[in-house]
Amino acid sequence: MNFEPKIVGFLCNWCSYAGADLAGISRLKCAPNVNIIRMMCSGGISPFLILKALEAGADGVLICGCSPGDCHYREGNYMTMRRMILLKKLLEQLGIEQERVQLHWVCAACGDEFVNVVNKMTAEIKELGPLQAGVKSRALT
Amino acid sequence: MEEVKIGVYVCHCGTNIAGTVDVEEVAKYAETLPHVVVSRHYPYTCSDPGQELIKNDIKELGINRVVVASCSPRLHEKTFQGVLREAGLNPYLFQMANIREHCSWLHEPGPEVTEKAKRMVRAAVNRVSHHEPLEIRSVPIFPATLVVGGGIAGMQAAMEIANSNHMVYIVEREPSLGGHMAQFDKTFPTLDCAACILTPKMTEVARHPFIRILTYSEVVGISGYVGNFRVKIRRKPRYVDEGKCIGCLVCQEKCPWTALSEFNAGTSKRKAIYTPFAQAVPNIPVIDTEHCAYFLKGKCRACEKFCEANAINFEQSELIFELEVGNIIIATGFDTFDASSIPQYGYGRYPNVFTSLEFERLCSPTGPTEGHIILADGRQPESVAIVHCVGSRDKNYHEYCSRVCCMYALKYAHLIKEKTDAEIYQMYIDMRCFGKGYEEFYNRISNEGINFIRGKVAKVTDEAIVEEEKGKLVVLVEDTLLGIMLRVPVDMVILCIALEPRKDTNEVARLFHLGRSADGFFLERHPKLDPVATMSEGILIAGCCQGPKDIPDSVAQASAAAARALAMIARGKIEVAAITASIDETKCSGCKICNLLCPYDAIFFDDEAKVSRINQVLCQGCGVCAAACPSGAITHNYFTAEEITAEIEGVLA
Repeated sequence: MNFEPKIVGFLCNWCSYAGADLAGISRLKCAPNVNIIRMMCSGGISPFLILKALEAGADGVLICGCSPGDCHYREGNYMTMRRMILLKKLLEQLGIEQERVQLHWVCAACGDEFVNVVNKMTAEIKELGPLQAGVKSRALT
Repeated sequence: MEEVKIGVYVCHCGTNIAGTVDVEEVAKYAETLPHVVVSRHYPYTCSDPGQELIKNDIKELGINRVVVASCSPRLHEKTFQGVLREAGLNPYLFQMANIREHCSWLHEPGPEVTEKAKRMVRAAVNRVSHHEPLEIRSVPIFPATLVVGGGIAGMQAAMEIANSNHMVYIVEREPSLGGHMAQFDKTFPTLDCAACILTPKMTEVARHPFIRILTYSEVVGISGYVGNFRVKIRRKPRYVDEGKCIGCLVCQEKCPWTALSEFNAGTSKRKAIYTPFAQAVPNIPVIDTEHCAYFLKGKCRACEKFCEANAINFEQSELIFELEVGNIIIATGFDTFDASSIPQYGYGRYPNVFTSLEFERLCSPTGPTEGHIILADGRQPESVAIVHCVGSRDKNYHEYCSRVCCMYALKYAHLIKEKTDAEIYQMYIDMRCFGKGYEEFYNRISNEGINFIRGKVAKVTDEAIVEEEKGKLVVLVEDTLLGIMLRVPVDMVILCIALEPRKDTNEVARLFHLGRSADGFFLERHPKLDPVATMSEGILIAGCCQGPKDIPDSVAQASAAAARALAMIARGKIEVAAITASIDETKCSGCKICNLLCPYDAIFFDDEAKVSRINQVLCQGCGVCAAACPSGAITHNYFTAEEITAEIEGVLA
C-alpha cells in the first residue's frame, strides 16, 4: 500500500503562517500531508507538544518560524533554535530519526519556500516509512 | 459548566473552496463530531446573510462555540469574532479552519483535498470545545504617524493626516523629498510640468506645523504593535549643520570634486557636496563621502573655507533615535529595471540608446541639456524609436505590465515632435491607455504623424546592411499586423523600462513584517477590498511599493491609507488581542526560568510569595514562557496545552 505520511506543522502566526497563506494565494501546489496548526510564535511550541504529536500518530513534525532576527516577539525563534538542539538529542535516545522533526525558517514572503519545505519533508518521511508503533509506546509512555 | 454546543459553518467562497472541496460532504461529516449541534454550508459565510445565519443559530439553537471553515484567520478571524460579539458570545469561543489558503488553493484537486478539509474541521471542532472566554483589553494609541518615503505618495498621505492637526514624521532616505516624480518633465495626459505641481507641495509639506521631515534617514528597527510602535531611526550625517546652513550653495559651486548625478539618472555630473536638484527640500546640501576629497585623501575642505555660515561640520556623526507612532504608512516607491540586463537592446554599448528615466531628464529644462533633445554627439535626432515593454510583460524578466509606459511613450512622442522634426516609431505589444483622459490622449497623439509598429523589438544593432543604415542604430522588429520583419534605422532609441520593486524590498518587508506578492511588490491585505492595509495591523502601504501605478492612483491610495490611519487616531484607543499568558501560583516552583526568557520583561518575581507573576499589560502573548515552564504552571491563553493537544488529535485522528 502506498504510505501517505501524516505530518503536523506548527507555524508561527506572523511569518510562517502568512508564508503558507501566500503559497495558497499564489496557487502554488504542495503535498497535502502537512496539517497546519497555528501558534503565536515558534518559541511558544513546547517540546511536549512535538512529542505529543508523535505519540498521537504523526510520522513527522514540522516547525516553521520567522528567520533569525525577524521574530515578531524579538527573539522567540532563538529559543526555538536552542530547544531543537536538545530535542534532537532526546529523539536520538528514543530511537526516532532526526528527519522526523524539522525546523525551517519561512518568512511571510516565502510562499515558494514553504511549498519546497513541505514537499521535501513529505518525500523524506515517505522514504523513512511510518513511525514504528513499538518505538512510540516504548519511548513516549 | 454549561454544555458545549458547537455550530460549524463550511464556506464555499464561491468556487474558491467549493470548486475543489466537497463542502456538502465536509458539513455532513462535521455533524457527526462530538458536541456539534448544527453544521451548515453556505456560499459566502463572510457576507451579511452568512453572518446572520451564525447569529440566528446562536440565538435560536443556543450554540456557544463557533467553527467557521473558510479562508485564512488572518483575513476574516476579526469579522467572525465580531459576529460572536454582536450575538452576545465571547469572541474567543471561536475557531477558524483555513480550508482555502491552506487546502483548496494549496493542493491539486482530488478526493484528498476534501479529506484534508475534514481533518481541519475536526481539529477546529476538537479545539473549540476547550475554548474559554477571554477578557478583551483596550489600550490607548500613540496619535503620531510615521510615513516611510517622501515621494508623491508619502507626501500626500502626510498632508492628509497633518491637516487634522496630528503629528506626522516623514522618513526619506535621500537628501531631499520628491521621489521619482521630481525627476519627471511633463505628466501625462495633461502635459503640465511635474515640477510645477510637485515643488509647491514639497514646500507646503516642509512648512506644515504638524509634519517633521527626516531626510537622509532610514528606519533601522521597529518594535511594539499596532497603535504602539516604537521605531528606531538612523539619521545619516550630512556633514552640514542644518541649523546653520542658509542654503546659499556656495559650497556646491566651489567644490572641485564630482560624481554622476543620481537625480539626472547619470546623464550629468554633480559635486561631492550637493543638493540633488535646485528645488530640493530641505535646501541643505550633503557631503557624499565616497567622492569627497577630504574623506578620500584627508585634504581639501574647500566647502568649509567658503561657507560663511560656518555650517560645514566634518565631525558630524550618525544619530539614532526613537519615535513613538500609532500607524506606519510605507510609501517607498519603485526602482527602474536595469536595461543592460537585456544585452540585445544595446543599452550601455550604444551611447544613443537611452532609458526612459534618462530621456525624462534630457527633456527637462532643469536637465543636463536644458531640455534640448540631442544625441550623444550634440546633433538633433532625425528619427527616434520608442521601445515599449522593456522588462515588463516578458516572462524572462517581469510578467506584469508596468502600467505607465504606454502613456509616457505617447508623451515622449509628443515632446519630440514639439522640439524636433524627427520621425518617430512606437514599437508596442498592445497600447494600454486605460485611465481618465488617456484614450483621448492616445487618439490625439496618433494624429500627430507618429508611426505605430505592433511588435516586440528583437534587437538594436549598429551593423548596417544597406547604405541608409550606416551610422544609425537599426531596430529589428516584427510588424505582427503586416506579418513582416522590419529593419528600422534610427538615430535614437528610448527603452521604456519596467517599474520594479526596490532592490531592498526584502529587507524592508522583513523589518515591517510585510508579505510580498508574486511580482515582488508588497502584498496588500486584500487585492480588491483592502489594497492599502497589510497583514501587519497598523502598517499601511501606498503608491508604487504595492505595484506599478501612475501619479493619480498613487495619490488616491496615499489618501486612502491616510484615512485608515486617521480612523484609528480618531478612536484614540485600540482593542488588543486578549491572548496573554498567566501563571497558576499553586504550581509555580519559583525557578525564575520564565523571568529571563520574556522578551518584554513582563514577568517579575514576587519575593514574598516566592512565585513569578505576569504583568498583563506588558505581556504580548508569544507563549515562550509557557513552553519553557518546567512545572507546567504557565498557561498560554487561547493556545493552552489542552487546546493544542485537541487540535493535534483532531488532525491525526
